[in-house]
Amino acid sequence: MKSDRLFGVVVILGALAYAAGALQIQTSFMSDPVGSKTFPLILAGVAALCGLVMIVRPDAEPDWPGLATFGNLAISVAVMVAYAYTIKPLGFMIPTAICAAILSYQISPRALPATLTGVGLSIGLFLVFKYALGLGLQPFPKGWF
Amino acid sequence: MELLTNLALGFSVALSPFTLFLAVAGCFLGTIIGALPGLGPSNGVAILIPLAFSLGLDATSSLVLMTAVYYGAMYGGRISSILLNIPGDEPALMTTLDGYPMAKAGRAGDALVLSGFASFFGALFATIGLMLLAPILSRIAYQFGPAEYFALYLLAFSTLGGIASNNQAKAALASCIGLGIAMIGLDNQTGMPRLTGGNLHLMDGIDFLVAIVGLFAVAEVFIFIESHGRGSSIGVKLDKVTLPVRELVRGIGTMFRCSIIGFIAGVLPGAGASLGSFLAYVSEKKWRGGERSGFGTGEPQGVIAPEAGNNSAAGGALVPMLTLGVPGSGTTAVLLALLMTLNITPGPTLFTDRPEVVWGLIASLLIANFVLLAMNVPLVKIFVKILTVPPWILLPGVMMVSFVGIFSLTGSYFDLLLMIVFGIIGWLFRKLDIPTVPIILGILLGKHMEDALRRAMILSDGDWTYLFSSGISIGLWAFAVLGFIAPFFVRHLIRKPQAITD
Repeated sequence: MKSDRLFGVVVILGALAYAAGALQIQTSFMSDPVGSKTFPLILAGVAALCGLVMIVRPDAEPDWPGLATFGNLAISVAVMVAYAYTIKPLGFMIPTAICAAILSYQISPRALPATLTGVGLSIGLFLVFKYALGLGLQPFPKGWF
Repeated sequence: MELLTNLALGFSVALSPFTLFLAVAGCFLGTIIGALPGLGPSNGVAILIPLAFSLGLDATSSLVLMTAVYYGAMYGGRISSILLNIPGDEPALMTTLDGYPMAKAGRAGDALVLSGFASFFGALFATIGLMLLAPILSRIAYQFGPAEYFALYLLAFSTLGGIASNNQAKAALASCIGLGIAMIGLDNQTGMPRLTGGNLHLMDGIDFLVAIVGLFAVAEVFIFIESHGRGSSIGVKLDKVTLPVRELVRGIGTMFRCSIIGFIAGVLPGAGASLGSFLAYVSEKKWRGGERSGFGTGEPQGVIAPEAGNNSAAGGALVPMLTLGVPGSGTTAVLLALLMTLNITPGPTLFTDRPEVVWGLIASLLIANFVLLAMNVPLVKIFVKILTVPPWILLPGVMMVSFVGIFSLTGSYFDLLLMIVFGIIGWLFRKLDIPTVPIILGILLGKHMEDALRRAMILSDGDWTYLFSSGISIGLWAFAVLGFIAPFFVRHLIRKPQAITD
């Protein structure tokens, strides 16, 4: 109930922001009868209507996970973001091993299997990507070998 | 006669050793992906597209490979449904209803063999249907102008949001979000940037593959982190596999009826395989006498019905996808993304301009069916072993493959971050019961839908009644409205069976 209502409000605010953004679109001298603003504005209108329906007729409350699980999810997101930034400068092997190990630990908190998963996936996937698929991946940071 | 020459052309493409190899490899890979708990056709195909693209295959070869994976995943999905009670995606849910009770009663082998044959029958039926129907539809599609295309896109969104969803408002919202995302980037007509917020990375728009991999694969990883992989390692043992001839013979009628229902559901734009398997299951239950049929308690016909319907719908969904460029389901939306990546424009011209692509694909599907039957009935024990891969190895692997796939495709950090954001959205929406397939469809079709509207208005010089000016478009509008509001009236008549828990 509450989640749907809250989300409905978010949707309406988002739709308003989107509509405001659409009104800012610059048009050029060449234009057609519909123009570049109409379709986005229609979408914002329909979305706002949907948000309103969600507020008026919400579904049953989903069962949200506990605080600890939210912690796990937050850690996973942080690890993924870090991975996105490190894969190029640090090469494939090291970030992949660390990231896969941490993700594995979030699913099943046992240190040894998680570490082995990380190392195994890092080596295995590198071999597959490099030699079976021929992707140009850097295994290690430049200048190590 | 024309059909035979076309088929000959198709087989001349499909029977080349390399294409044949790709079809077999795709079937094998697809069955594995389908069998892996938590991976279904849509996310399996989604994470493979960037990789297939980086292999540098030509259009026909990639298409053959990926559709073989798609068909394979449809077959393989039933293995985890039956043995683990985990459907790989929504259409497979119906198979768990009778498959899992059968497996618990010690008849896992029978359930797998029967559903394997049902899949084969459904898929073969649909491939033949595709062969006969697609050329006819592509001829009709020549009469489609922008007004008709606009109505057709609307029909796809409204059936997806109506009969195929639980809550119309949420499905319509998801469509709007997808369409809204598609608006980001340069405007096709004026060449001016729209809704980019001044961000240079957004000038090109948001790549649909980033959204697909995020919403399907990354979100799945979050789901597993949330559940800590619980309920996925317990399973039922498979002892020996024999051929239950009597039940197979008894099931021929079921297969036939359910294949027809599934095919029709698949051809409807936007409805797709979930509706196909659901309608097949429900109508077969009615046909066999409602509650007295034993459906839901481990009745073999209850395994045959949804599998035939599901696979037939999967093939049927290719009809609107190839002839009109409107996908009929989540996975065909992913296949449409593949076509767009390969620079093939689906639509009626595809049949005349690139017949070798279409007919090569159809011939490969026919071959793939037989390969899959062999893989899934006598060799099923090999694939059952795959179920023992624990989620704490599988999901990090899926994650890494997704990252590398997107990274090799675009090489930008921004897209990787965007993929993570889509993953979070996918998880959140799954919790709130908002479907994510309409978002994908919206991102894929948004530009086309807007272009159709704007071109129609240019043709009519701004007269909105032009949208309803032809018989075809009026019919499409009528079906669109009907498809969206029908659930209000029939929802209490047909109730979707809920997943069973232990």
